Amino acid sequence: MNIYQQLTREIPLLLGNVPQFIYLIPLMLVCSLVYGATRHELWLPIYQNSMRTLVWLVCFVGILFGVFLFSSWLV
Amino acid sequence: MSYSSPSSSSEDSICIDLRNPYLAALLAWLCPGAGHLYQRRYGKGVLFMVCILSIYFFGFAIGGGHVVYASWVKNDKRWQYACQVGVGLPALPAIIQNKLERNPEKEPFANGIMAPPKATEIKGRLEIDGKRMDQLSLWHAQYGAMFEIGTLYTMVAGLLNIVVIFDAYAGPVILNYPVSGSRGPPGKSNKRT
Repeated sequence: MNIYQQLTREIPLLLGNVPQFIYLIPLMLVCSLVYGATRHELWLPIYQNSMRTLVWLVCFVGILFGVFLFSSWLV
Repeated sequence: MSYSSPSSSSEDSICIDLRNPYLAALLAWLCPGAGHLYQRRYGKGVLFMVCILSIYFFGFAIGGGHVVYASWVKNDKRWQYACQVGVGLPALPAIIQNKLERNPEKEPFANGIMAPPKATEIKGRLEIDGKRMDQLSLWHAQYGAMFEIGTLYTMVAGLLNIVVIFDAYAGPVILNYPVSGSRGPPGKSNKRT
């Protein structure tokens, strides 16, 4: 078994026990950073825009989570 | 377009040389961030390269290396690849593997990386067979939610790179600089001041 096969087999096994919502964090960070960087050229506005987008994303996902949690409680 | 960020005045005074925007867009598609590096926008180029390639390869790894493949046969239309291919070169081996997979005499290269599950030709059409279903089911059973999360990561990487390609082609979206110069996108110049 070569290194590629070992890595592609071991990494999913290692990360299998990590709570799934954790995977949202790097995704939201990267999305907000890239989105901010495509709208500005200087670092300060990029940072400000990224933070705004990140807060918006967290609120959006949080509200969605709350709605699903509430509907699962109703059922 | 109005723009009311506190730092807009400092951004208004900067000059962005887009060089050849068509070449920059092509480079940006082939490798995320490469278009910006070509335009000497090194900071953003490195930022895009690190962000997009890291989530792409992370998703690829947690999906067991099977989440990126090209397939458009009965019962296995991999529409997600249309998003993943936005990341450029890192996703292109899937197309070669798809061509190889159609030829029963040839084996996939590099341990079958990005190769679709095997399909067979039935009455002149490529159709999914029992073996292929077993392989797909095996991947889903083996990697569980990681297969879906890996697919999501690679799709988001590809979609984000489309925004980056646009930035390399035409500059930042919100900023509305007066333009000057002669070469660039239709109706615009390649230099924004």
